Formats: sequence, structure tokens, C-alpha cells
Amino acid sequence: MAVSNETPGEAPRKGFLGWLNKRLPVDEFVKTQLTGYYAPKNFNIWYFFGSLALLVLVMQLVTGIFLTMFYKPGELTAFDSVEFIMREVDHGWLIRYLHSTGASAFFIVVYLHMFRALLYGSYKAPRELLWLLGMAVYLALMAEAFMGYVLPWGNMSFWGAQVIVNLFGTIPAIGPPLVEWIRGDYGIADATLNRFFSLHVVAVPLGLLLLVLLHLVALRQTGSNNPDGIEIKKNLGKDGHPVDGIPFHPYYTVKDVVGVGVFFVLFAIVVFFVPTFGGLFLEGPNFDQANPMSTPEHIAPVWYFTPYYAILRAVPDQRMGALLMGIAVVSFFFLPWLDKSPVKSMRYRGPISRIMLAVFVVSFIALGYLGLQPAEGLYVMLARIFAVGYFAYFWLMPFYSRVSVDPVKQVPERVVFNAH
Amino acid sequence: MRTNKKRAAGRYLLAGVVELVLVTVASACLSTVHAAEEAGKAEEGKPALGADWQHSKAGTTVEDQAVLQRGARNFASYCLGCHSLKYERWSRMAKDLDIPEDMLEKNILPPGDKPADYVQTTMPAKDAETWFGKTPPDLSLIARSRGPDYLYQFLTTFYADKTRPTGANNLRLPATAMPAVLSELEGVKRAVYKTEGKEQVFDHFDLVAPGRLTPTEYEAFVRDTVTFLDYVGEPSQASRRSLGIWVVLFLLVFTWLAWLMKKEYWKDVH
Repeated sequence: MAVSNETPGEAPRKGFLGWLNKRLPVDEFVKTQLTGYYAPKNFNIWYFFGSLALLVLVMQLVTGIFLTMFYKPGELTAFDSVEFIMREVDHGWLIRYLHSTGASAFFIVVYLHMFRALLYGSYKAPRELLWLLGMAVYLALMAEAFMGYVLPWGNMSFWGAQVIVNLFGTIPAIGPPLVEWIRGDYGIADATLNRFFSLHVVAVPLGLLLLVLLHLVALRQTGSNNPDGIEIKKNLGKDGHPVDGIPFHPYYTVKDVVGVGVFFVLFAIVVFFVPTFGGLFLEGPNFDQANPMSTPEHIAPVWYFTPYYAILRAVPDQRMGALLMGIAVVSFFFLPWLDKSPVKSMRYRGPISRIMLAVFVVSFIALGYLGLQPAEGLYVMLARIFAVGYFAYFWLMPFYSRVSVDPVKQVPERVVFNAH
Repeated sequence: MRTNKKRAAGRYLLAGVVELVLVTVASACLSTVHAAEEAGKAEEGKPALGADWQHSKAGTTVEDQAVLQRGARNFASYCLGCHSLKYERWSRMAKDLDIPEDMLEKNILPPGDKPADYVQTTMPAKDAETWFGKTPPDLSLIARSRGPDYLYQFLTTFYADKTRPTGANNLRLPATAMPAVLSELEGVKRAVYKTEGKEQVFDHFDLVAPGRLTPTEYEAFVRDTVTFLDYVGEPSQASRRSLGIWVVLFLLVFTWLAWLMKKEYWKDVH
């Protein structure tokens, strides 16, 4: 290990940094959180998406601040102000596309980040709380994205909001008054748009930042999992550091910069060459202003919600559909307790766990596709089949993840790592 | 062995990204060539007018200033009477389309309009509603909400229909409130149906009365106009693409340097 952090005889800093460190623990922070934070050395490509999610969050905050300078909430001004940004604000189109593409990129990155956790059992003890905090971030992100989508006040914004907010109306007894309370009016209207703006730019981002901070603090407490699912803290070297760990800085900071580069190349290709992504990231009907008198041909949410939307529409009864949709999201929270396997990583699990994970991934993607299609005939049938696949992954896990059902392989003592 | 594999993986990734960029650029060029070829083919006479209308493509090329200028002229002559472009300023249009200022003021600006004004129709909305049953929509974003192909198909599938108050109907937007204002150029078409099972389905158009333009010339006219509307839908799209190439190239170099730095640091990790 090249970097040593144990320097008891080190002379105290002088000058400004000395002055600063007496008053603010800058050096201590860098030491404990970066150079002295040991991460497993066997991270693979799946471990890029955490830092990328943080990057996208920052990008959304910065572009969002600039958009807020020109955006004017209100049913008479919102749509026009977005076009003003697209046409008359210097490079406003770039800021808007960065923000709209960023929303989709956020979900892509977060879904891959979550898949990593499923693949290597990162949600299992001792990281249950880390997982729950991450899921809370995901919920906040869904709220943030939904309300942000309403702001351009296009026709899909309007009708999408109509459909989603009405889901709360299916809750027995309190449903209808609750919907009215959310909207602040008898329909999606000016009041709704203004409160969604407030929540989108102030309340939810604050919550998101707090949750992300807690997620990172919890990560520092337990340390990262890794592709082998081995606790590196159990095998310490003479220097007191994990033998399979390396300082986060500089090793993972320089590595993450490569990930950032690759991500930005792909991101820039979308922003500059296909910002609507064939109607997936920005939908055609949303270039028509919100019109309560004209319903779009078929209403579909943006792609990142379509797996849940497909589940909602797969059920004939709307109340049951909304309930199942809610359960589909909430199921993730129970994972740490549904999984009975003694090993974390899929590398050392039996075939049934692997097959079920594959079933889940295929179901999630298929439901995402079906949510974009009209709810008729074969599409509904397929949505039902894949919904069963989706729920089977979670709720059959207490049975299929047992060693008696799905035998595990011997987990090695040390992480698998080949030096370059 | 392992090192080579990793290096190869890196090279593949880089090559993949470069390829993506090249494919994007190449397909943009190809579509230009394609559009030119299509235009050439049309000269030989197509099978039947409108037979394949659902698959006809606009083939817009917003980077072509000549096309855009012709499209703007078409719009001012034939559309502006009823339709606005309320988000587009005359001055912005002149700048983007390389139209000199004096030409804009002398030949294009409606009397009384200033260059910084938005492109507005002079037809009063109230009268329009009385005449057509609805106000003709603003067309600033029509190419974004419907897509250029939709507009192309709409403008090429008007046909005579005595049952409609305007005397005209449309395949793309049946029962449209818009009259066949371009029939002076296109001529008047009659829809010919064929029997499929028990249903009467559209087969092709017969040109009943020719207009001032041949069918090929008319298609070019529509293509120019739709291309102009495509530009108006997103005026910065040409500069978006040209800036994008440099951004992506910069990021590729940045990523390559970051990769070299990572490799250097990770030499110590065993």
C-alpha cells in the first residue's frame, strides 16, 4: 500500500492551513473519509454507478438553479417560459436538455446501482439501513421526477398528472378528499402547478440531499460490499487496514473519473444529437400546451415509471391495480429480510437464486416496455405474466434463497482480484 | 494476458464510442444523400399518387439554408395568412436563415411589423373561429409535437370531398377543418377506393385538375415547408449538433487521459 495515514510524528501544519485546521477539521475529514477510508480493491464496472448518481444529482441541482431563473410557474406562463428558455435564453436549450436528459440518466444510473445491490447482496446485513436509505432516495427521486415532469405544462404533463394523482383517490374513505388536497383544486390546475414547483425546487431536493448524506454516512459505517460479498474488515493487516482494501482516494477517485468520462460521452451524445430520444425522454404530445379539453391519444408516463404503470393496468380493478403498484415499489424495502441465503454475492449462490434474479430483470424490462404500449389484448396478458415474475422474485425469496433449496458454494477467504 | 484483455476492452469501449459518433455523423450525411436520391427517383414517375402515403417521409435537412429559405418563403406566402409562429422572431429567423436585414425589411416583413416582432398572423382569431369552426393552430411547435413525417403526410393527402364544409378532406387528419389551400399548386385530387373484404379502403389518388406544380415539384414544395417548420420547432438544433461534435471529441480525449491516469495509479495495487 503506497499511502500511509498513520503519521503520529507528523508536524502540525503552519500558515493558513494550520489556522484553518485548528478551527475546521479539514485534514481530519480528508483522512477519515477519503485517504483513510478503505474500499475493497475488487470493485468492477457495477461500482461506478454510485458516484455517477451523485454526479447526476449535482448536475440536476446546478442546471435546475439556472432553469429556475427563467421558468415561470403558472398555467398561463409555464409553457411559454420553457419555450423562452429553449429559444431566447443564451444556451437555454443546452441547460434544459441537460436537465431533461439528466432526469432519465438519473434513473438509468440508479436502476443499475440498485441492480448491483441485488447481484452482490449489498442489501444484506450489516447494510440493511444503507439499503433502506437508498430506497428512500429512490422514492424521493420518483416524487421529484414526477413533479418536475408536470412543470413544462405540456399536454402529457397535464394528463400524466391527472392519472397519477387520481391513483390516490382509490384509497378507501380518505381518497377523494386527499386528491383534492394534493391538487389544491377540483382538477389539475394553476394551484397544482405552483405547489409542484415549490416542492420540486425546494422541499424534495432538500430531502434528497439529506437522504443521500445519510446514505453515505451509513456506507462509511459499514464499508462497501464487493462482488465477492466478503467483509474485508474481518481480515486486517499489520497496519490495521483491511488487507483487501485500498484507500478510496486516490485509487477510486481516479477510477471514478474514468467512469465519469465514459458516462459524459454517452450523455453528451444524447443531449446534443437525440435529446428527445425518440420520444422516450421528451414526449411529442408534451410540445402541445396543457389542454383539459383534449386528451392525448394514449397517456403513458415517462419510461422510468412504465414498469409500475404496466402493473397498474394489468389489473382490471383500479383499486387493486393501484395497490399492487404500491406493493411493487415497496417490495424493495423488504429485501434484507426476505433473503435467507447465508452468502451475499450471486457468485457463490446456487442456480435458483440466479434464475430468479434473471426473471426479475427480464420482467422489469418487459413491464417497462409494456407500460409504453396501449393497454389492450396481448399486451395486458403479457403484463400479467411479467407482473407475476416481478413479484415472484421478491415474495418467493424466503423459500428459494434457503440453503436447503438453493445450495451455496464455498465463499473464499480473500477477494478475487487480478492485478493489472 | 489479463492486461492485454483489459487493454483490449478499453480499446473496444473507445472504438465503440468513436463508432457511435461516426455513425451519427454518417447517418446525418446519408439521410441527405437519401433525400436527394428520393427526389431524383420521383422524376421517373411513381406507381400511383398517394398509394403509399402512410410511409412517406419528410426527409428534412435543417442544415440546408437554401431549403430553409424556400420553406420560409412558402410559409410566408401560403401559411402565414392563418397560422402564427408565436415563439419565432422575424429577426431570429433572418439570422438563422442567412437572410440579409434589408431583404427581410423590404421583402418579407409584413407591413408595420418590426424585425424583433414575433411571426404573427394578421387574421383575427375570432373571425377564424367563425369561418373555420376553430382557430388555426400556432405552428411553432407543430413539427415537435407531431413530427415532420406527419406534416408531410398531412400536406400531401388532401382530396376533394363534397361532404365536408370546406369541400376537402384529408387522410392524415380526417375531417380536418383546414381547407385545401395548396390546391392552387398541387391541383385537385380525388380519392379512389378499393374493396377489401367488406370494407372500402383507400387505394390511391387521381389528379382531377392539375395545379401549377407537377406532383414532384409539389412534393419538393412540401418538403421545403416542413423542413422550415422543423427548424422553427427547435431553432438551435443545427448549432446544437455542430457544438455537440466538439463536446464529444473533447470528452473522448478527457476520458482517454483519465484512463491513463487511472492505470498509472493502479500499478501499486496488488
